[in-house]
Amino acid sequence: MTNNNHQRIRLEAVSKRWDDTTAVDAISFDVTPGQFVILLGPSGCGKSTTLRMIAGLEEASAGRIEIGERDVTRLPPGDRGLSMVFQSYALFPHLSVADNIVFGLRSRKVPKAERRERLARVAQLVDLEAYLERKPAQLSGGQRQRVALARSIISEHPICLMDEPLSNLDARLRGEMRREIKALQARLGMTVIYVTHDQVEAMSMGDRVILMQDGRIVQDGAPDELYSRPASAFAASFIGSPAMNLVKLAASDAAAVIDGETEVAVAPAAAAGGQLGIRPEDIEVQPIDGSGVPAEVIDEEYLGADTILQLGVGSQRLRARLPGKHSLSSGTRCRLAWAPEAAHLFGADGLRRDDLTPVAFSATVARTAGKGGAGAPSSTAGSTHP
Amino acid sequence: MAAMTSYRRMQLYGALLLLPAAVLLATFAYLPTIATLINSLFLPGFRGEPAEFVGLENYQLLIEDTTFWRVARNNLIYALGTIPTSIAIALGMALFVNARLPGRGFVRMAYFTPTILPMIAAANIWMFFYAPQIGLFNKLLGALGLSGVNWLGDPSVALTSVIVMTVWKEAGFFMIFYLAALQSIPPELKEASDLEGTSRWSFFWRVTFPLLMPTTLFVLINALINAVRVVDHLFILTKGGPNNATNLLLYYVYENAFSFFDRTYAATITVVILLVLAVVATVKFAILDRRTHYQ
Ligand SMILES: Nc1ncnc2c1ncn2[C@@H]1O[C@H](COP(=O)(O)OP(=O)(O)OP(=O)(O)O)[C@@H](O)[C@H]1O
Ligand SMILES: [Mg+2]
Repeated sequence: MTNNNHQRIRLEAVSKRWDDTTAVDAISFDVTPGQFVILLGPSGCGKSTTLRMIAGLEEASAGRIEIGERDVTRLPPGDRGLSMVFQSYALFPHLSVADNIVFGLRSRKVPKAERRERLARVAQLVDLEAYLERKPAQLSGGQRQRVALARSIISEHPICLMDEPLSNLDARLRGEMRREIKALQARLGMTVIYVTHDQVEAMSMGDRVILMQDGRIVQDGAPDELYSRPASAFAASFIGSPAMNLVKLAASDAAAVIDGETEVAVAPAAAAGGQLGIRPEDIEVQPIDGSGVPAEVIDEEYLGADTILQLGVGSQRLRARLPGKHSLSSGTRCRLAWAPEAAHLFGADGLRRDDLTPVAFSATVARTAGKGGAGAPSSTAGSTHP
Repeated sequence: MAAMTSYRRMQLYGALLLLPAAVLLATFAYLPTIATLINSLFLPGFRGEPAEFVGLENYQLLIEDTTFWRVARNNLIYALGTIPTSIAIALGMALFVNARLPGRGFVRMAYFTPTILPMIAAANIWMFFYAPQIGLFNKLLGALGLSGVNWLGDPSVALTSVIVMTVWKEAGFFMIFYLAALQSIPPELKEASDLEGTSRWSFFWRVTFPLLMPTTLFVLINALINAVRVVDHLFILTKGGPNNATNLLLYYVYENAFSFFDRTYAATITVVILLVLAVVATVKFAILDRRTHYQ
């Protein structure tokens, strides 16, 4: 690889304020060349605003944006050397597909012969050769999406920004386009910043996910990091489907228990007042004469590959995902267990607490390879796992 | 059998729904048109005598009537003077007030004001601008030490004066259509082209203008029809004078019908006007429409 430092993007304490709203609040991150970075977050958290500031479509109120070695904070969009795919595609309705794709090349006064050659290459890349003469209105949603992609690829800018490019497509097409975009990015070695509020898209496409909330970065890391070590209760609830269970912890004797359930200690006493997070897929349901936290089945939902159980524990509710079909009528009493490393503790402020270790209370739970099932029985509540 | 009657009933139902509009159109558009056409083939009967059928004699008269040709020429100049100018100004104003500028609501209002005024009122205002001694324009010229112009009395200037007033009146109206069309253009189009460093000028000609084409067409047809249809201001400003210098076709029709009491000759000119407008409409629907992108 040649020196592709011109693809590097750096944000330093970038903010965007509108009158009294702060859409983006002093966020910083570095994107290395060739990375596929996802900006993930709920609606209104400032993802689009961040992306638009990088593109130059919105001026940063404070902070500094660098692309390559250049400070581009005050540069117009056309001088930043990047392309963008809009959620609405932003195709020119009166121009044919071919004219739409080469629009930018004409603006940049690329000679006609070269234009034609690049068009042919890109059209083949995104499989649009048969539609070049059509108007956007005569295309399906997926085809329009491809035109928008082609338009950003043909510019040969090393950086491509995408703002929810797949949200107007149906579920199947979205899956297909996800793979296509990912493959294209890898093939062309592009640096991509991709905005989405869909955690599935984020997990499956990104090399790196930046999770945002209220204009701030909550967590920045590889997808599996976000899944296995959520930095806050918010991050935990945002990633995974169904979302991670978050139950309130109350103090009891020398340990913390699930609020309203006093029998089994699940965390050290210091965790009381905070929350315990367990992913539905990490919960094991055992008969009532087994070991673990006593629970009652409230409801079950069969999804084909697995069954989602709604469970009541004390005053709290949890969901458990069991592979295959299970028929547990509501009211059935059972016990729940999970591996200690599957339990996440969050403080009262919602932040992850790594200083505490969840209590291992069940001898039978040994889901993670390499971890023995040697835990303390439930009667030894309060003992802290090393 | 049952299917047949229900089909019949649907047809009847449809016809009934059409009836009110059809009756109104027939009474107030088609019947008068036909009556005018028939009228144009007669000479008026004097002193109670019945009108006399003369075939195309009225048209013969029309062709030989130098005043008619003068008026037709005036109307052509009037159309050429008002239409492109008012459309260009309307587009310019719309682009201006569509941009983010402080107090644009006020500017929009200001531009639109001439439209709300009735033509007669507007003409009265301009009467004051154009008045030879006390008029605003001549006062301003006087302040600059220039001698005044007889804006409405000088045959070589009068038509231009009328044209200027019409442009002033029409541009604001057309601006509203352009403004509506501009606001329906998604802002992402501008952003997408900005990302490629497209200049404003280039964006206007490659995107905005083509997307405004349906509006331009609509405005163009309206302007054309207005150029023939609206003569209210002539009643106030010039009454077609001096020496027919500002006379327009419809005003000439009015003069013939109600000043010279030559109803059939007025009908003849009306038929000619209708023919011209029909040609314009045909051109619009047959040629321009096909080349225009409608969203
Ligand atoms: N032009 C604007 N003027 C004022 N406030 C704005 C403007 N644009 C966005 N905002 C505010 O900034 C915040 C962030 O908006 P942004 O569009 O970045 O959200 P988002 O994360 O992209 O959400 P979504 O997933 O719904 O697209 C929102 O609270 C929004 O109301
Ligand atoms: Mg957004």
